[in-house]
Amino acid sequence: MENKSPIIEIKGLYKSFGKDKDVLKGVNIHVKKGENLVILGKSGSGKSITIKCLVRLVEADRGEIKVFGTDLSKLDNDELNVIRLRIGFLFQNGALYDSMTVRENLGFPLQRHRAEFTESQVNLAIEETLESVGLSEAIDKMPSELSGGMRKRVGLARTLILKPEILLYDEPTTGLDTITSREISELIISIQKKYKTTSIIITHDMACAKFTSNRIVILRDGLVYTEGTYETLEKSEDEWVRSFFI
Amino acid sequence: MVIEIKNTFDGIGEFVLFIFRFFKELFKPPLELREFVKQCYVIGYKSLPLVAITGFIMGLVLTLQSRPTLAEFGAESWLPGMVALSLIREIAPVITALICAGKVSSGIGAELGSMKVTEQIDAMEVSAINPFKYLVVTRILASTLMIPLLVVFADGIGILGGFVGYNIHSELNIVRYNSLVFETLGFVDIFPATIKTFFFGFFIGTIGCFMGFTASNGTESVGKAANSAVVYASLAIFIIDMLAVQLTDLIF
Repeated sequence: MENKSPIIEIKGLYKSFGKDKDVLKGVNIHVKKGENLVILGKSGSGKSITIKCLVRLVEADRGEIKVFGTDLSKLDNDELNVIRLRIGFLFQNGALYDSMTVRENLGFPLQRHRAEFTESQVNLAIEETLESVGLSEAIDKMPSELSGGMRKRVGLARTLILKPEILLYDEPTTGLDTITSREISELIISIQKKYKTTSIIITHDMACAKFTSNRIVILRDGLVYTEGTYETLEKSEDEWVRSFFI
Repeated sequence: MVIEIKNTFDGIGEFVLFIFRFFKELFKPPLELREFVKQCYVIGYKSLPLVAITGFIMGLVLTLQSRPTLAEFGAESWLPGMVALSLIREIAPVITALICAGKVSSGIGAELGSMKVTEQIDAMEVSAINPFKYLVVTRILASTLMIPLLVVFADGIGILGGFVGYNIHSELNIVRYNSLVFETLGFVDIFPATIKTFFFGFFIGTIGCFMGFTASNGTESVGKAANSAVVYASLAIFIIDMLAVQLTDLIF
């Protein structure tokens, strides 16, 4: 990690849905620049909500979220969008736009936010980014023609095309076979090296967590239960923590 | 019961806020011209065959059904004017709007609903693209502009259907038929009927977008969004029609 300053700081994050559904009950997380943080936890422990709060897809009830030193809650929509452009979000199933080809999926955010790009520059950026995720051949395919792993790669390419500094992965290997999961995990590392990104990875896949993490945070019932490296947590004496590593 | 009433009012409140948001976003850049033109093509051009067939059948059937009664009074020559009047004032706008409620509103509801549950709308938002402006404003605008054009088209095809229907039992050339039609029609027949179709279009688009955009997560909600869009859009058409007729009656 090049720089140890925190790029993401989450302090006392609360979120509930309705009266009796408290999902986050005061989550505290910080992520340093260049770090790959994996968040583990059982289903419903608030992992996905935490990263959705980071881009204000979900509004937190209470708490402070600072990204690049800026408190997100104080930003209006235009200011928030400036921050969002520096953050990439890979959704669970890629969230590709069904009505667009792979090329159009990648070109869509680029044409919006890099208006100065000529058509050939846009095409070049699309081809380069697709190549970096190993999917050059899929450029003119529709999302419906892609496999689960390919969809995630294209989703990642679409995220990367705007050159984000932070990448948020929501269960990047869920629903994939072991080999493809491994490929995606390797891709996460190669992207981090190539683009010098900071990442938060939500996963249930321990192989992915082991391969990609610099540090792991485990959430339980809306709170950070424990944190540490894969190796230290694997040797934890806490049975509940160890249950993740079996 | 109380909860159901509360939910109904909550839903109406949300819908009103959704309309306010549409007008707020309407004048904000970017224009989204490309998507707007694409939606005009999808909503307008792609509905043409359906509207043409129903329009033709409306005119034909109306002529065949009305002819015996008018013939009894020796008023068969009134048939072209009467059919055109019925079509333009009431039947073509309402039937075309109902067809579009089924095709356009449910299509928008299902499309946006599925985009919502597969996180495509969220993906747009995190890419700093305003999904409301890109998806909702363009569709509502296209629907507001295309439905009136489809109705005018249905009027024309319906009159043609009436001509064919008339010629099944009698003989009348197209020029004479048209002159009988246009002798009957006046400003008061065309103008209010056309104005109300803009409202039909607006609500067909808005209800479809609202149902899809506010679909809760889960594939079941996609079907629900499409279904609710048809039901509420159809209901809205009848309510608007009733209000339009009352208003026209008062003014003209």
